[in-house]
Amino acid sequence: MTPLLSVRGLSKEYEVGRSLFGKTTKTVKAVQDVSFDIAKGETLSLVGESGCGKSTVGRAIAGLHAATVGEVLLDGRSIADTPSAGWHSRVQVVFQDPFSSLNPRMRVRDIIAEPLTNFGSTRAKTEARVKELIDLVRLPRDAGDRFPHEFSGGQRQRIGIARALAPKPELVICDEAVSALDVSVKAQIVNLLADLRAELGLALLFISHDLAIVDHITDRVAVMYLGRIVEIGTRDDLFGAPVHPYTRALLSAVPVVDPGQRRDRIVLQGELPSPLSPPSGCAFRTRCPLAEPGCAGNVPALTDVGPGRQVACPVVTRTTADVN
Amino acid sequence: MNTDTLAPDSNLVPPPAAKPDHPLRETLVIFLKNKAAAAGMILLLIVLVGTIFGPALYGVDANEMVWIPLSPPGDGTPLGTDYLGRDILAGILVGGRVTLIVGAVSAVMTIVIGVVVGAFAGFFGGRVDAALMKFTEFFQVLPSLLLAMVLVTIFAPSLTTIIFAIGVVGWAQIARLTRAEFMRIGNLDYVKAARAAGARDSYLMFRVILPGSLPPIIVSSALVTGASILFEAGLSFLGLGDPNTLSWGLIIGQNQNYLLDAWWTVTCPGMAIFVTVLAISLIGDGINDALNPRARKRG
Repeated sequence: MTPLLSVRGLSKEYEVGRSLFGKTTKTVKAVQDVSFDIAKGETLSLVGESGCGKSTVGRAIAGLHAATVGEVLLDGRSIADTPSAGWHSRVQVVFQDPFSSLNPRMRVRDIIAEPLTNFGSTRAKTEARVKELIDLVRLPRDAGDRFPHEFSGGQRQRIGIARALAPKPELVICDEAVSALDVSVKAQIVNLLADLRAELGLALLFISHDLAIVDHITDRVAVMYLGRIVEIGTRDDLFGAPVHPYTRALLSAVPVVDPGQRRDRIVLQGELPSPLSPPSGCAFRTRCPLAEPGCAGNVPALTDVGPGRQVACPVVTRTTADVN
Repeated sequence: MNTDTLAPDSNLVPPPAAKPDHPLRETLVIFLKNKAAAAGMILLLIVLVGTIFGPALYGVDANEMVWIPLSPPGDGTPLGTDYLGRDILAGILVGGRVTLIVGAVSAVMTIVIGVVVGAFAGFFGGRVDAALMKFTEFFQVLPSLLLAMVLVTIFAPSLTTIIFAIGVVGWAQIARLTRAEFMRIGNLDYVKAARAAGARDSYLMFRVILPGSLPPIIVSSALVTGASILFEAGLSFLGLGDPNTLSWGLIIGQNQNYLLDAWWTVTCPGMAIFVTVLAISLIGDGINDALNPRARKRG
């Protein structure tokens, strides 16, 4: 079965700094060689620190910018060969900031209708669909006539979700969709997304740095560090038994609501290296508790360590192989 | 983490705002409450009514020799006569039409060129931006009065040439401003969202980004209008105006030799220019304050 979405060897470089004559002097490799699949109706979470390239991956999939190298395929068809309207009607985005992502000059009704109008829906159909969407995301009925500034953050995010759902997409990219919200509102929006996913059979790409929220909503998780996926697996596998030293450190940093429970917190040393000059070989080696001299050599490839489970760390895969 | 127990927040809807106001209405209210802006509006209204209906009401031909040349105000004519014995008040009333039309039309031209160039540069970025900005800088470094003088001299002074010259020399600032606004707003999520919603480039540029960048453009448009009027006066004063159409600058220019003997010939049309430009910039400031209420409270 072909997955709904396939990302193959996606890389995205940004040019920064130009010499006097317009020659690029530096490139930031924001995303390097990222590959994953999302099945129909499945939720994959992309987690990692800020600046690790997870949003860049999301934007490339959303068609908001082109990948430098690599392919993004929907049902086996590349984004490069798909007319943009065809792509955008199947892949939609919910943005992080509910304040900047809604046009302050448009009424909520027009904001939600925007994708519909752009994809050539008739007026009557659009109107009916907007009403339906306002109910679907549980906004008050009169919301359509009002302006975004009259709503709270959580409600604005509902508007954003309604807009994303308007063209009946199959994949919704939630780019830190709940990170800007208060904890209680966060939970409501996550629950809403979970309900909608079940109701509409949506596939979600859930980009977040909040592992507690990810744990709550996701089927599978991919962990990114400095532009690369270092570990990918199902939620239970990955959260239950993290393999990559970075994943372990990340999970040990999740706060636990139980003062009695003491855990060994893995505290990483040093700062996140600059993506302008990433370390050679494994990018994580400068902060890795397991680093060996060999880690500076080649960039570690993702290797299978179980069904649907891949890790990019030769040190741990070697030792686990020894144990087995 | 268990969040399922939380009630959905459909019952946490805030009470509907007292009046769901369009943001523009709020702006309008602030603008109307601004005394300086109101004064500007009244002044401009007086100028407009004066130039539109004044000549007919006053009934004196501005090109006719009606009294003793260089006679002072009150001595037979309300604002005195010029070196040919023409009524200054009649000249101001009629000349205002040309001055205001030239000012307005060339301001529109300045703004249109500036906004279009800036919009393309800011929206597309990269090479388009680099090319357009080099072009803009070329106009920015040329002394604008000199360029306008050259243009007018090459293409014989007429209203069209003067409007064209003023429009061509002044747009660089607007272009830079528009470009900066387009770059800022183009990076906001709601523009990305519109793009993800399948919006075309032209829709994004002129329906999504432009309305957001309008506030500073409107403010500088008011200033540009004032500047265009001054420019027209300057050109006429230097003798580069259309000699056949009476304007405020032309009256000043023709009478400059008599400045010391007959101050009223130059001062009265000068006051007209001053009042008009002042009115327009007061209105511009008022719009600025109304569009940035926070900036105003800070100040």
